[in-house]
Amino acid sequence: MSLTKAEVEHVAMLARLALTDDEVAMYTTQLNAILDYAQRLEALDTSAVAPTAHVFPLHNVFRDDVVRPSMEQAKIVANAPEEEDGFFRVPRIV
Amino acid sequence: MKLFAKPAHELHGLLVQKEITATELVEAHLGRIDTVEPQVQAYMTRTAEAALAEAQRVDAKVAAGEAIGPLEGIPMALKDNLCTDGIKTTCSSKMLHNFVPPYDATVVKKLKEAGAPLLGKLNMDEFAMGSSTENSHFFPTKNPWDLNCVPGGSSGGAAAAVAAGEAVFSLGSDTGGSIRQPAAFCGVVGMKPTYGAVSRYGLVAFASSLDQIGPFTRDVRDCALVMNAIAGHDPLDSTSAPVAYPDYTALLGQSIKGWKIGVPKEYMGEGLEPGVAAVIDKALQVFCDLGAEVQECTLPHTEYALPVYYLIAPAEASSNLARYDGVRYGYRAEGADDIVEMFKKTRAEGFGAEVKRRIMLGTYALSSGYYDAYYLKAQKVRTLIKQDFDQAFERFDLILSPTSPTVAFPFGSRTDNPLAMYLSDVCTLSANLAGIPGLSINGGFAGGMPVGLQLMGKAFDEPRLLQAAYAFEQETGYHRQMPQLGE
Amino acid sequence: MQEFEFEIVMGLEIHSELATKSKIFCGCTTEFGGEQNTHVCPVCLGLPGVLPVLNRQVVEYAMTAGLALNCTIAEFSKFDRKNYFYPDLPKAYQTSQYDLPIAEKGWVDITTSQGTKRIGITRVHMEEDAGKLVHGGGTLAGAGYSLADYNRTAVPLIEIVSEPDIRSVEEAIAYMEHVKAILEYTGVSDCKMEQGSLRCDANISLRPWGQKEFGVRSELKNMNSFKTLQKALEYEIERQAEILRDGGVVVQETRMWDDAKGVTISLRSKEEAHDYRYFPEPDLVPIIISREWVDRVRAALPELPEARHERLVAAYGLPSYDAGIITDSKAMADYFDAACRHYGIEPSPIADDDGYRQADQQGKDRAKQISNYMMGELTRLVKEDGKGFEDCPISPENLVGLLQLLEAGTISSKIAKTVFETMYATGKEAKVIVEEKGLVQISDEGAIAKIVAEIVDKNPNVVADYKAGKEKAVGFFVGQIMKATKGKANPGVVNQLLKAELDRR
Repeated sequence: MSLTKAEVEHVAMLARLALTDDEVAMYTTQLNAILDYAQRLEALDTSAVAPTAHVFPLHNVFRDDVVRPSMEQAKIVANAPEEEDGFFRVPRIV
Repeated sequence: MKLFAKPAHELHGLLVQKEITATELVEAHLGRIDTVEPQVQAYMTRTAEAALAEAQRVDAKVAAGEAIGPLEGIPMALKDNLCTDGIKTTCSSKMLHNFVPPYDATVVKKLKEAGAPLLGKLNMDEFAMGSSTENSHFFPTKNPWDLNCVPGGSSGGAAAAVAAGEAVFSLGSDTGGSIRQPAAFCGVVGMKPTYGAVSRYGLVAFASSLDQIGPFTRDVRDCALVMNAIAGHDPLDSTSAPVAYPDYTALLGQSIKGWKIGVPKEYMGEGLEPGVAAVIDKALQVFCDLGAEVQECTLPHTEYALPVYYLIAPAEASSNLARYDGVRYGYRAEGADDIVEMFKKTRAEGFGAEVKRRIMLGTYALSSGYYDAYYLKAQKVRTLIKQDFDQAFERFDLILSPTSPTVAFPFGSRTDNPLAMYLSDVCTLSANLAGIPGLSINGGFAGGMPVGLQLMGKAFDEPRLLQAAYAFEQETGYHRQMPQLGE
Repeated sequence: MQEFEFEIVMGLEIHSELATKSKIFCGCTTEFGGEQNTHVCPVCLGLPGVLPVLNRQVVEYAMTAGLALNCTIAEFSKFDRKNYFYPDLPKAYQTSQYDLPIAEKGWVDITTSQGTKRIGITRVHMEEDAGKLVHGGGTLAGAGYSLADYNRTAVPLIEIVSEPDIRSVEEAIAYMEHVKAILEYTGVSDCKMEQGSLRCDANISLRPWGQKEFGVRSELKNMNSFKTLQKALEYEIERQAEILRDGGVVVQETRMWDDAKGVTISLRSKEEAHDYRYFPEPDLVPIIISREWVDRVRAALPELPEARHERLVAAYGLPSYDAGIITDSKAMADYFDAACRHYGIEPSPIADDDGYRQADQQGKDRAKQISNYMMGELTRLVKEDGKGFEDCPISPENLVGLLQLLEAGTISSKIAKTVFETMYATGKEAKVIVEEKGLVQISDEGAIAKIVAEIVDKNPNVVADYKAGKEKAVGFFVGQIMKATKGKANPGVVNQLLKAELDRR
């Protein structure tokens, strides 16, 4: 399984990363090297093995449906790159 | 009296005896920072004023005859991926160069409650991705034992600060070795607790199922004291373990006679530097002398830990780091016409090469058609790696290995080859995958550089790891050595 | 629909905000509205380092909805991350459920003009809502910039996915109405469509009659009123039909209803190639639901629309059509039941063979009267006001008061109409209005006979018409008499006396 430049560009699009041609070339090489290394997993038969998503087997961790104070608007937008009247302002969407 | 060279439990005695004040203690560390920081460069942000204010509060308390806690007045510092209310938290990334959290991480809250003055925030590999702190967007931190060498990573600043006497203790985070490996490289104590033992709330996520916060300290007793302060169930973290938490100092000083210690052969193979191997051999003899029984053991799936880690961690990271999109906080690229362009430029400019590499890798591993072959497969092999440990702990009280196959390496020596850099984590990754605790202590020196000794135990067995490490430390005294800096 | 040359195949994905007080993963309020970014905290803003903790009530509500929709509740369920970038999504992933939803394999029975039909429910899953974008310059397309408000972010949702069992726009509407009623009955959601707390997406395809395979579908996004749903579906069906008639191929894509233009528009773009990269949410732990828990939630289920429908038909003898309309809205059904109670309509203490306790014939007649008023005048008035039965100014008790006056002959049905309008406008009791305005019906034969005689005297030529066999003349006299009595004369008495008077001439 070898990753092509086109696939790397597609992945970059999914990840919303603007890559230069040089970066695409570099990541194509590097990701292929890492994925080649990962190929060794295929040697293992895991058909009867359950995946581990959590190492500690917890379940049903809940909070009660209780309203707590929100944070004041000024603090919420304090880190905004661009703020307008308590909103986060972003460039046009389409 | 070199206050900056003493562990917290000694300094606590001096404070209680009124031989020193907390203000003097903070000032001593601020002075030390001024002296050595130009060489070491551990700090991202310094908070001297707040530290002094907190020290004065402690001094007033002592003056009033009130009792103080074990960490009260003890100056500390935090890795810059732990959120601090009102104090910049950058993750050493351009992406968060100006981010000021409006809230405290649970561990920060706990240490504030414990009364430890905060000296500042510590440099790291960007978003905790790296093994050398060379991936910091801002500057590399130097190894206090040899300024030409890396301090390890990703918590390089946190390890170096403690080693150089710039903080009595610090907190870092460990996703695949990011506490233990820099602790080893800098000759200090570093522990990655059991997954779930320390709340992750407020730790900027890298790989959620692997991340844990843990302490860097001068000695094992301090490590236990800091664990006492930070461990515990947190209702804000759904993966926090609702168990009874022990006094981590309880077993210190007790004998380890008759313990069975396993040494996994897979950790002692190729790539292990002869100097490191020699230190490990000597350390094994020390444990024998302490009455433990040392045997070779096997963790047969060790060779798969690296690929498993480098599929799971980037996959989770690709999702965790998606929120850095220039909308709500942090960096935003200039001159983008529409939202998609803004996202792409912001992320391209805001992240460094290693972060982008892992986002790419993780995005690919989760993408349609590849999920089963990569992510799901890795999660299944993760089960096998965990089972290896379960089986080993049926026979052994703890597992001992080098923390890293090498001592600290020179700057730039591994930056060209990501895979080679990843291989330096080979001894530490498995503990994160299995969720078990791992402790690195100074096991001795090779060519003047500290060598880390890693102890791993079963989940929630930290008190016994500390017990064994304490016995070793008392027997050898390597922890008392400090690098020569600024003198 | 047989004359339409294609078979329509539709499935609906209904999104419903749950009626919890706080958000799904943090303590911020779910209250609608509020100044922008004031129902927000670090957790729902997705600040670096925050973690989610699941609101237990979300699970309870999702189970309730699942059971009410005849689903099986999963013993093991978990959350996953759905990854995509959009400025209304603070974490750039939506915490949702992918392969192990909380409920699966249910159904509902809907009633349309074609009869009753079962629609399969594929699944019900829990997820979080996104924030809101305000577009500078009005519409999304024309906006130079947008403004993000995260008040709605992480308000809990359930998504109810139907099987592709829906075959007409009428069925789609009936299905949506029925699901809405179930959500209202169970209290799982307030279903305020105008506030976006109930909305749906539709998958639509056409195929030639008799063909087994599905045609290519389009997904129609975000319809948040029945009117929009109807218009958008009708438009989209016709759009696809035209393509197919011309021998074209429908493109599989996501489309959106543009209300201003009255068309559906494609949301496709080169960046739109979605790959959501679902994976298990590592920050949340699995949900394991015991049989006991399911039983407890099931036991707490209220009477659902279908059961209520059956009860209204059996106990009160309502036509199925009436019962269907009344039970489609919980507020209306509650109103009906309250009115019956006030009217003293007592179901028999002994249950019939089907287990229903029927009312006697008088009770059934009274219930039908209630139903007639509710479905006619009352529905018209509340709809005009944009209200629901829950805020109806005429209380069930007062409606019964009016019907009792009518039944006792105290007022005529014509007067009743006037009284009813006044009741709606003022909220007063019928009795009070009748007294205040002196609207009591005149049934006194002496008084009426006198008026009849006077009017007949004044109109000899109309009497002549009557004698000449013109039946219209009677209507004229009745009208004059009613006018003279301001409509209060008992019509029965008037007719009887008028006929006698005319025959005497």
